[in-house]
Amino acid sequence: MSSHELTLHAAEEQKNEDKALFGFWVYIMTDCVLFGTLFAVYAVLHGNTFGGPSGADLFKLPYIMIETLLLLTSSYTCGLAMLAARRGDKRATINWFVLTFLLGAAFLTMELVEFTKLAHEGHSWQASGFLSSYFTLVGTHGLHITVGLLWMFLLVVKLWRQGFVGSTVKKLSMLSMFWHFLDIIWIFIFTFVYLFGALKV
Amino acid sequence: MEIFASLLGRLQWSEFNHGIIVAGAQVTMVLAVVGIIIGVTYFKKWGYLWHNWFTSLDPKKIGVMYIVVALVMLLRGVADALLMRSQQITSVGASHGIISADHYQQVFTSHGTIMIFFVAMGLMFGIINLVVPLQLGARDVAFPFLNSLGFWLFVSGAILMNLSLLVGEIGATGWLAYPPLSELAYSPGVGVDYWIWALQIAGVGSLLSGINFFVTIIKMRAKGMSLMKMPIFCWSVLCAMVLVLFAFPILTVTLTLLALDRTLGMHFFTAGVGGNAMMYVNLIWAWGHPEVYILILPAFGIFSEVVATFSRKRLFGYTSMVWALAAITFLSFSVWLHHFFTMGAGANVNAFFGIMTMVIAIPTGVKVFNWLFTMYGGRIKFASPMYWFLGFLATFTVGGAAGVLMSVPPADFQLHNSLFLVAHFHTMIIGGVVFGYFAGLTYWFPKIFGFRLNEFLGRCAFWCWLVGFLTAFVPLYILGLMGATRRLDHYDKSMGWQGLFIVAGLGVGIIALGIFFMVLQLAYSIWKRKDTVDTTGDPWNGRTLEWSTTSPAPAYNFAIEPEVSTRDAYWEMKQSKAKKAKPHYTDILMPKNSGLAIFVSAFALVTGFAIVWHIIWLIPIGFFGAIVTLLLRLTDDHTEMTITAAEVAKIEARGRRAAA
Repeated sequence: MSSHELTLHAAEEQKNEDKALFGFWVYIMTDCVLFGTLFAVYAVLHGNTFGGPSGADLFKLPYIMIETLLLLTSSYTCGLAMLAARRGDKRATINWFVLTFLLGAAFLTMELVEFTKLAHEGHSWQASGFLSSYFTLVGTHGLHITVGLLWMFLLVVKLWRQGFVGSTVKKLSMLSMFWHFLDIIWIFIFTFVYLFGALKV
Repeated sequence: MEIFASLLGRLQWSEFNHGIIVAGAQVTMVLAVVGIIIGVTYFKKWGYLWHNWFTSLDPKKIGVMYIVVALVMLLRGVADALLMRSQQITSVGASHGIISADHYQQVFTSHGTIMIFFVAMGLMFGIINLVVPLQLGARDVAFPFLNSLGFWLFVSGAILMNLSLLVGEIGATGWLAYPPLSELAYSPGVGVDYWIWALQIAGVGSLLSGINFFVTIIKMRAKGMSLMKMPIFCWSVLCAMVLVLFAFPILTVTLTLLALDRTLGMHFFTAGVGGNAMMYVNLIWAWGHPEVYILILPAFGIFSEVVATFSRKRLFGYTSMVWALAAITFLSFSVWLHHFFTMGAGANVNAFFGIMTMVIAIPTGVKVFNWLFTMYGGRIKFASPMYWFLGFLATFTVGGAAGVLMSVPPADFQLHNSLFLVAHFHTMIIGGVVFGYFAGLTYWFPKIFGFRLNEFLGRCAFWCWLVGFLTAFVPLYILGLMGATRRLDHYDKSMGWQGLFIVAGLGVGIIALGIFFMVLQLAYSIWKRKDTVDTTGDPWNGRTLEWSTTSPAPAYNFAIEPEVSTRDAYWEMKQSKAKKAKPHYTDILMPKNSGLAIFVSAFALVTGFAIVWHIIWLIPIGFFGAIVTLLLRLTDDHTEMTITAAEVAKIEARGRRAAA
């Protein structure tokens, strides 16, 4: 490639990066509307227990608190990973992302354990409108976490093998935006589903 | 045998057999597909189609493909309409018409679904693809691959919708599939599942396209084109895309919840076990009402361009037009409850939504007056886009007035679910959306293909559509006031409705004649294209940037990226008559072709089909197939190619020689 072509490519690359990050923000906003709708559905159905247990009967707050702390910590380590990535420190970036991954996986495991326990005790998603909306709202968040973990795995493998190439930091930034977004959604789930749900009204 | 049966889920041979009328449709459809495949093979055009069209990431080509699919689906939608009218003419008293009640319900379901999702949405994204990058002075869209994926998911949805005719059934539930009727207890067949997954796949495609065009408009405008200097069509698209971004996630969730009810036994909308059917109605209209504006806003934009060009005047009240679009965008999320005043939400809630519905008529009225004032004192040229515009102005205003009438809750209690309502929204959608997109197609056709459409046949088509529309729907207003309900497959002779139904049926026939004229117009214009070839790039004496490049526009749109300083930038350039400097071409980076979107969409189609028929083993194959194919694209770092300055100069010289 001639030097002229190289500058053309570099300028184009910068423009593409701007567009990609902005486009990803827009995608996150649409995901936000998606969760907003699920929250609205939960708000409508959370009292429709059909004679079965309500949130106050089912939710164990200390357990949920541990889950929450795991996810919040993973957001912090994700931030540290991005600081390392901006410095171009490959080793630190990988280490912090591995820690993030482990914390996220631990969160997901706890959630699945909780789901399985509820289903085994006869409180599955088929039991009432309340449980349908509970499983769907929290499960959609869990599905997003799963996708995030898969994505993180792929990007870390790519980083480990290739180091920082042209678009690596851009891709990692998108992942970290996604991860922080899921964190914020969880804070809302923790507050509106678990904290309010645990109150006996 | 049993293993074989379990591999096919609930798919059985008998699902292909539905009596003589469906068999006729099935045979026609299969013959058409086989005919096309044989034809393409015979003329050895597969390579051409694959390399020049299917895998192309050029928005102009994707736009053309959108429009082709939409027009094919239009033929099916119109066939459904003819069938409905035939049934209502013949199913009186002792006679029960030509099709069964259940089949009739499937026909009106597929008519509504096809016309909104696969005709109107297809035409809209088609025209947006053709025009928006050119009007912005951009060479491409923000995310070419996402754009292609959006189109192919739309195609997958359309194929799934048509498969329901071939094998199985479509829901007998109406185009929005209200529960509890659409729940498993009352619709145990595959029809509602087909409906859900056809819309879900197409809907995700629309959301992706929405993100793409929103970012394109925000980030890729020509140098100097501030938002308030942007062509008004781009403004209308920007507003429509904002609506897509807010509304389509709601549709995704709503369809998913209904699917969860039907496949995993959940209780979101069921009649018992804590479900709430009315929540579905709220959710689907929280998407559905903005959807109406998603379709109409770009049509408003097209009309604004057409009326300014053919009146040889600047658009009257540009700023107020922009604010009216923004106001409609905002207000369209506060009127959804007017679709079900009779639900019983209470007098105060109904009053609020009734008033909001009246309020949204105000910015729309502003636009109507602005169009009128644009024509006032202009040198109007009555070309066929202008015919569509004038037809629109009259019918849309009448239809809008009928809408304001129904926004009064007590009046709506009388008119709800009647043919008056059906007449109202067809006035808006045919007189507004369809006329708008036809005007746009006629107007921008030369920019894409390099020659104009035949003017005389265009006018014939217009008059058939206008007269046919009035003949078909004015009787429905009257029938509605006489008490005829919508979705009616049989009535007693003593009601005295048959005469009006016959008139309405004639109207659909006249519309069909209009469609015939459009096909004829297209064929004749291609045959005689030498007569109407556009050598200037500016056949209508246009005002905006798309007319400043050659017709047909080259793949990169503009050899030199334009800079603008005013609204109606190209008009100003023509007025200033500044001597053009000899152009200095540079290399241009364009995206390479990619067929991956086709594979992702094919896997999505397989997934949808497998879920519909409970073919369990096929679901993960389709799902992970789609994911892996997408990841292939994401890890590919070589997605662009260079068109060198020398090649650009050669292409431009060819364009200029054609002009000379």
